[in-house]
Amino acid sequence: MPVPSKVVVQVKDLHKRYGDVHALRGLNLDVYAGQIVGFLGPNGAGKTTAIKILSGFLAADSGSASICGFDSETQGLEVKQVLGYLPENNPLYSDMRVVDALNFIGAAHKLSGTKLKDAIERVVVQTQLHQVYWRPLGHCSKGFRQRVGLAQALLNDPQVLLLDEPTNGLDPLQVVEMRKLITSLGAEKTVIITSHVLPEIEAVADRVVVMNHGSKVMDTDIASLASEQLIAVELHCSVDAFRAICSQAEAHIEEMIVANDSNCQAMIKANGNASELVSRLAEAAVASKVQVASLSPQGHSLEHEFRKICQNDGGQA
Amino acid sequence: MRSLVIARREFFAYFESPIGYVVVALFSALAAALFFLVGDVFFSYNQASMRHFFSNMPMLVAMIAPAIAMRSWAEEIRSGTVERLMTLPFSLGQLVVGKFLGVWAVFAVALLCTLLAPISVAMLGDLDWGPVIAAYVGTLFLAGAGLAICCFLSALTSNQIVAWMVGACTLLVFNLFHLLASAVFIPRWLAEISLNIDMSQHFHALARGVIDVPSLGFYVAVMIVSLVANTLILSLRRHG
Repeated sequence: MPVPSKVVVQVKDLHKRYGDVHALRGLNLDVYAGQIVGFLGPNGAGKTTAIKILSGFLAADSGSASICGFDSETQGLEVKQVLGYLPENNPLYSDMRVVDALNFIGAAHKLSGTKLKDAIERVVVQTQLHQVYWRPLGHCSKGFRQRVGLAQALLNDPQVLLLDEPTNGLDPLQVVEMRKLITSLGAEKTVIITSHVLPEIEAVADRVVVMNHGSKVMDTDIASLASEQLIAVELHCSVDAFRAICSQAEAHIEEMIVANDSNCQAMIKANGNASELVSRLAEAAVASKVQVASLSPQGHSLEHEFRKICQNDGGQA
Repeated sequence: MRSLVIARREFFAYFESPIGYVVVALFSALAAALFFLVGDVFFSYNQASMRHFFSNMPMLVAMIAPAIAMRSWAEEIRSGTVERLMTLPFSLGQLVVGKFLGVWAVFAVALLCTLLAPISVAMLGDLDWGPVIAAYVGTLFLAGAGLAICCFLSALTSNQIVAWMVGACTLLVFNLFHLLASAVFIPRWLAEISLNIDMSQHFHALARGVIDVPSLGFYVAVMIVSLVANTLILSLRRHG
């Protein structure tokens, strides 16, 4: 992950309502140059609303958002010139050919002549569009349409890319290709990507912002999360024996996230190597002649946090 | 001019589908049929004059302008491409003007196709082209006003059919205000207002080939008010 340098996207106390629905409740966010930030959250969490405000499509009720130092409300044109945006569901002009669509977006970004030709050549290579270059968009597959959407977002060589659910509706192979593409773009640009699919964010982002009910509920680096391993423990023993076994592995335990002494169950965050903790707990259980019901790694805490959020929402995700 | 990028896209989009060709063909066919066939007016006059041809224009425009403008915003809203459009580096005003110029250019093509009518008349007799050209200019302004109103109405819905129906009804009303003026129960001041906002009343002099500046000014004012209202609607859409 690049060392955070200058802030390129700054969001301050952003609020947005749709009638009675408070879609964004005071979102604050700083995104640094070169970061790939994943917005994660269940449907209706406010991810897309935040992206639409950053892109200039929607106006916030209060608060401010700036991109590369330009205020998205008062300097909308400047913002749109340094921004590449792939909206959710990727709306395209189906009556246009790929080449015409790229020419139109290029002209919209004040590109003409050699500059336009070079920009189109660049994005066609980046997004591998040679095969469908002369084809009407209405005749392109979902995967190619998504690439055309991304190519349009890249035409002005933006400093910041906003990608709203970029792999929606793609088949597994296309998802892998799109992730590779986004990761490669992240080497030179600041990218904000939204998704409600956790592996999506894990695969491409180096920072994750979890949103729920219009608020930011988690903001952390993927790298630090990767070292946090959770282990679910369930033993068939008395409460005292359970406590004794857990205390024997104390040195390897970072945190007891969820503990239920009475049922001899716990969710434990490992301090360092998770397999070491599993071994220690197993050894302690065997030494105490206690039957182990389960002792299973549960992935890292991002998944756990996200599950908690979704469960609180009645499983909607 | 930045709006021309949008205007070009709008213009060519009409001719990517059959709708553009159908509208152009329908307009020229109707204009010619009403002139040469209906009522036998042209042949009974026995004069090389286009006055009757242009007297039908307000009603023709009231039918055709909504058909041309109905998709301008409604289709963008339905398909979601309005999001793509509004996040490109254009101001809302540039988008609105660009869309309007695009549909106006489509109408201009349709109007150009009706040139066959005066050419035919010129072959039959000694046609004075001065008033004909002036009337064509007047028709462009009349249509400009109608198209601007219909673009604004198109921005209020995501359904093209609704946009066409509301547009046609609105333009019909704008062409029939003079009937209100002749009603006995209407106070004089209201009758005057009715005559002044009637689009067909302003076209009388133009149809005769007179460049009537106040009438052209009226059409320009309608265009400006409609385009500003269109911009406000898009701005309201941004504010959710």
